[in-house]
Amino acid sequence: MGKKLALTGNQAVATAMKQINPDVCAAYPITPQTEIMQRFATFVADGEVDTELITVESEHSAMSACIGAAAGGGRVMTATSSQGLALMWEMLYIASGMRLPIVMPVVNRALSAPINIHGDHSDSMGARDSGWIQLYSENAQEAYDNVIQAVKIGEHPDVRLPVMVCMDGFIISHSIESMELLPDDVVKEFVGEYRATYPLLDVDHPVTYGPLVLPDYYMEFKRQQHEAMLHVKDVVLEVAKEFERISGRSYGLFESYRLDDAEIAVVILNSAAGTMKDVVDSYRDRGIKVGLLKPRLFRPFPYREVAEALGNAKVVGVLDRADSFGGFGPTYMEVASAFTTNGARPLMLNWIYGLGGRDFMPEHAEQAIQQMVKVLETGEVEVQKDYLGVRE
Amino acid sequence: MGETIEIRWHGRGGQGTVTAAKVLADACLSKGKNVQAFPEYGPERAGAPVRAYNRISDRELRIHAPVTRPNIVVVVDATLIESIDVTEGAPDDAIFVVNTSHSPEELRQKLNLKPTQKVFTVDATKIAIDTIGRPLPNSTMLGALARASGIVDLDTLLEDVKASFGSKFSEKVIVANLEATRRGYEEVKEG
Repeated sequence: MGKKLALTGNQAVATAMKQINPDVCAAYPITPQTEIMQRFATFVADGEVDTELITVESEHSAMSACIGAAAGGGRVMTATSSQGLALMWEMLYIASGMRLPIVMPVVNRALSAPINIHGDHSDSMGARDSGWIQLYSENAQEAYDNVIQAVKIGEHPDVRLPVMVCMDGFIISHSIESMELLPDDVVKEFVGEYRATYPLLDVDHPVTYGPLVLPDYYMEFKRQQHEAMLHVKDVVLEVAKEFERISGRSYGLFESYRLDDAEIAVVILNSAAGTMKDVVDSYRDRGIKVGLLKPRLFRPFPYREVAEALGNAKVVGVLDRADSFGGFGPTYMEVASAFTTNGARPLMLNWIYGLGGRDFMPEHAEQAIQQMVKVLETGEVEVQKDYLGVRE
Repeated sequence: MGETIEIRWHGRGGQGTVTAAKVLADACLSKGKNVQAFPEYGPERAGAPVRAYNRISDRELRIHAPVTRPNIVVVVDATLIESIDVTEGAPDDAIFVVNTSHSPEELRQKLNLKPTQKVFTVDATKIAIDTIGRPLPNSTMLGALARASGIVDLDTLLEDVKASFGSKFSEKVIVANLEATRRGYEEVKEG
């Protein structure tokens, strides 16, 4: 077993990157970059990793350099946040379109305007259709574990796709919590040696990446990306099983908490799920059958499995830390779609909470559950999409 | 110590309040507890009011929200009492540990505490100037907190103060901080 330490989420993820020891890491070294890259740069400077660190002039260039290095055949990582991810937009699609298994921790933070550097999911939720696998993490432990697993998921021959590992800005990234690190050699053995499938640097077998493809073949490429995504669920579960053997910690496509007999189900991502679990317990103590589902794999979204897990709930409330203005929150849209796979028709509610780092307090969790109890009793949803903890 | 202990620190930017919360977390972790330490992020500048929080528990800590009902309130800078209600949300059995040259009785009156609430005082700024040579009261407040609350013993705390300062500072600074912590532990007064 590993050693118990008190670390910030940033320290935990930087340590995972050190243990993975990627070939190349490209990063823009100024705000909105996080302490992850600052710490990793120290590991590079101290000779604790063999990584070639390329500091570039923008996040767009950071992802461009990662793409070049990954196409060349290297194991490549970077990290970003907020506006940084937004500036990478164009290159995100190129990384996934070229099927390059780059791993990128994303410290979830708000997007401007108005300027705000605090935690919410607007950055990564906006990137959910960019062809990247997305894993979400409740705490520093999960972020660390997910980064290590992401390498194996992305590089799997049936997948070959880039992976974002998301954790909440400040709430996790800058907060110290007890967690456990694995020994360096165990991580090294777990991620293994990387062998790129068609590396550009293999000059005996020349290949072309990202050429012009006209309407005659473009759609076949895109269809293949979807096919690759369809393999991800199995690979995520397979890697999770292997990871459990080295860590004793088990992971799935999502976490179900007291869900089996739940009449009321809450769906919520990342750090707020922890707060919500405590509140679920207090309602259970009062005899109210409430449970929680915390998505881990958001892209590809495990529609069928989520619908099955929520199967018995009569009321499902989805809490989103990102908004789609004029639409429902992104997690709500996925959960609502999930029920088309099994025809279940629970009453559904959507709350937007915690934007720009607004604290998600136990009182907010209670407010949502209280409303769901009322909907269960009356069978009527008055307001389908609402906001928690906001001034009107 | 069965349930979760929640601590709220009030200080000013530059006094090492966040570092103190971190060292406390490390010390409690050394005793096998689950810990959290996190600051409230606002405009970060020297002298501005800063809050930091700890949770310490035998149970897994899942909540990710600021502490609103602190079992222990540590006031690193007593001038904050004039502008902030440091007693906000504190339950009837809360413990207050205040850096001040005044007596616990005076503080009890000033903070308008309930008879069931406990107050401890220590002149941490003076001790810091005596030992470290600068008005950095955080190490002394850690010592005072350890004594007032009993959540961690002095030896464990000293080890973690040493480990925390060890990588960044000279031997002289470490020795001074250890002395400041010890004096905080010894000189804190209950009222």
